Amino acid sequence: MYLIVAGGGKVGSNVTRSLLAMGHEVTLVEQRRDRFDRLEEEFGPVVLQGDATEMYVLERAGIERPPDLVLAVTGDDEDPLVIAQIAKEGYGVAKAIARVNDPRNQQHFDLLGITQTVCATSGILGLVEHEVPQHGLVKLLELRQEGLEVVELQITGDSPAAGKRVAGLSLPDGARLVSVTRHGVGEIAVGETVIRPGDQVIAILKPGLEDRLRRALVG
Amino acid sequence: MKAVVIGCGRVGSAVALRLAEDGWEVTCVDEDEDSLKRLGNWRGGFVVGHALEATVLDAAGLADADAAVVATDGDNTNVVIGQVAQRRYGIGCVVVRLLDPRRAAFYEKLGLRTVCPTQTAISFLTEAVKACEPRPVATAEPG
Repeated sequence: MYLIVAGGGKVGSNVTRSLLAMGHEVTLVEQRRDRFDRLEEEFGPVVLQGDATEMYVLERAGIERPPDLVLAVTGDDEDPLVIAQIAKEGYGVAKAIARVNDPRNQQHFDLLGITQTVCATSGILGLVEHEVPQHGLVKLLELRQEGLEVVELQITGDSPAAGKRVAGLSLPDGARLVSVTRHGVGEIAVGETVIRPGDQVIAILKPGLEDRLRRALVG
Repeated sequence: MKAVVIGCGRVGSAVALRLAEDGWEVTCVDEDEDSLKRLGNWRGGFVVGHALEATVLDAAGLADADAAVVATDGDNTNVVIGQVAQRRYGIGCVVVRLLDPRRAAFYEKLGLRTVCPTQTAISFLTEAVKACEPRPVATAEPG
């Protein structure tokens, strides 16, 4: 695969190292001179100095070939957003992945059609919530392109689902149980599976059904 | 008519004043509170904050604005805010200042109305040279 990585910070440089080790062809674009010098020492001619939001810099990086994927992990949130937009709409790059720093900016990426994003902040927040569940429901995974999400719910003695068979639950349309974890061991949920207090239940659902699913299972 | 001017530097503040003079109801947005000083005895609205934040755009009244002028000092910030004003707030008249001619041309194609002072300077300078009538110049006599 041929990839352009825009931004040679921690993420960009580590990803480049791994991609090169996997045998991929990479061009890494870094604007800052001091950082570029260090990267060039390690990666050699793979690194290009310039502002990856400038089209002539992207062209020198080979965006017209076009690459199989552009990874935009540079600067403030508007920079990766613009890089991804120029790559896709300007040069027909099939896939562009952009990093989001501030989760509040996710809406701008969605609005402008940059559907593949990575947000470390949201990911870490998700993990924190997973450890300290506040509302009995934790988002584990968002499949944005598919329009689905995977959530985990904690069943207690008061939960309406406690003591019931999966087949006997009235779940909202568009939600389905995937697995039940008891004492750390997960089993695929089937109609006959009985839910007990203390279980963790993983479900897949369409976004927006979280509250109805929570009411049906946890109360 | 209502206008929101985002980025109240030299350009934004002057545009805001001109529009206000023409009777527009204008609100300015800038990260820096000090930029209010550029507006003199300003009677319009002024919101301090980063315009990528939805709360800031809401506070500026973008939802019922007729026009938005985007002129912060960052091209990428401007194209993102411009597109948000256009697509999320449905503003028909969004004008975005961009310094990079190529990005300006690209986003013009994507449907943004862009103004590129750099391109204007390039065109004027080139035309000025082409139209140049050589003028007699006083040169030092070789001594």
